[in-house]
Amino acid sequence: MRRLTALICVATAVTAVSGPVAAASQEEMIELGRAVYHDKTRGNCISCHNINDPVANLPGNQGPMMVAMKQRYPDKRKLRAQVWDATVANPLSIMPPIGKHWILSEEEIDAVVEYIYQY
Amino acid sequence: MKTIRNWLLGAGLVAVAPLALAAETGFTLETVDPEADRLALQEFYQKRFPGVPVEEYVNGIYAVDPPSREQWDALMEFPPYEFDLEEGKVLFETPFANGKTYADCFENGGIGIRHKYPYWNKEEGTVKTLEQEINECREANGEEPLRWKKGAIAQISAYMAWTSRGKTFDIEIPEDDPRALQAYLDGKQFFYAKRGQLNLSCANCHLQGSRVLIRADLPGPMLGQPTHFPVYRSKWGEIGTLHRRYEGCHRDSRSVPLPPQSEEFRKLEYFQTYMSNGLVVNGPGARK
Repeated sequence: MRRLTALICVATAVTAVSGPVAAASQEEMIELGRAVYHDKTRGNCISCHNINDPVANLPGNQGPMMVAMKQRYPDKRKLRAQVWDATVANPLSIMPPIGKHWILSEEEIDAVVEYIYQY
Repeated sequence: MKTIRNWLLGAGLVAVAPLALAAETGFTLETVDPEADRLALQEFYQKRFPGVPVEEYVNGIYAVDPPSREQWDALMEFPPYEFDLEEGKVLFETPFANGKTYADCFENGGIGIRHKYPYWNKEEGTVKTLEQEINECREANGEEPLRWKKGAIAQISAYMAWTSRGKTFDIEIPEDDPRALQAYLDGKQFFYAKRGQLNLSCANCHLQGSRVLIRADLPGPMLGQPTHFPVYRSKWGEIGTLHRRYEGCHRDSRSVPLPPQSEEFRKLEYFQTYMSNGLVVNGPGARK
């Protein structure tokens, strides 16, 4: 019985901890996306895509600049799919397949999409 | 009338020929034509960077990016590889324990031969590189082989390149051995194949992406890439071999590197150097 109680306690605690992560606010998502976008060891998106954000440092230009994202991708899911695996649209693309090759987590990809969709 | 018509037809074909030659020739033994590939590559760069003479491509990114060239010219006032050249000459001339020297292993005493490497060795059925033969020379004379990537082997190779400066690369793909063409084709496939977590091919950065910024770095053009090796790289702070650079490229693209002097790397060197035929040896070089 004692063991069962302990088990229930642990399960409750796990649910309590994991709950808020899934429900990150929009601002938190954008902040995470921004961090991932500019961090060399995470997304490093800035190495190829310039973006009009004051933190942008030494942007590359192998890929297009992050502008007019809502016009270019009226459907946000298509933008996410492009980030996840750009080789679907163009097999020779220099863009690494970020999701397919596990370069970023699914949550980080969501966050990056939210961040760039503002531009 | 017939004569005139034939003549016109002939002239038309001649006019078309350069265009046909300039097309890239694909990835099968039946279609691949190294000479057409080489001309297509030159044409690609002449369109990409109009006005840059083909001979200039031995200088890599400094041929096509004036701001980088300016910094490089300043660096080259005192070329950073000069000590390595001196050391390489000493190593090259110092006899082995048995009294022989490197000169005994190579054609023309090892002087002025860099432009013939790598080459297809029919007897062994494989591509041979200069570094490989430096070590084979040592072993044939009872010495331990040198480590492949830096230090003495790069210095000796640098000295041998130095004695060949200005000679034109002339890599042959002997027609009497189809395995040679296969080796070229394998090297070509390696160059264009995507690999590693970042899913990059050599061509992604060094063909499509030449002189396009990756953060603050500008990838150099593929044409002329192997002519200046071995190279003193400021990032390394020392001299290193081409295969050391291949290894670094693999790491940067999050791909597991093959060992230096592996068959795949030697074939890649064969392909790349063939593509630079007609350009001169300018090794050793200095790069960022």
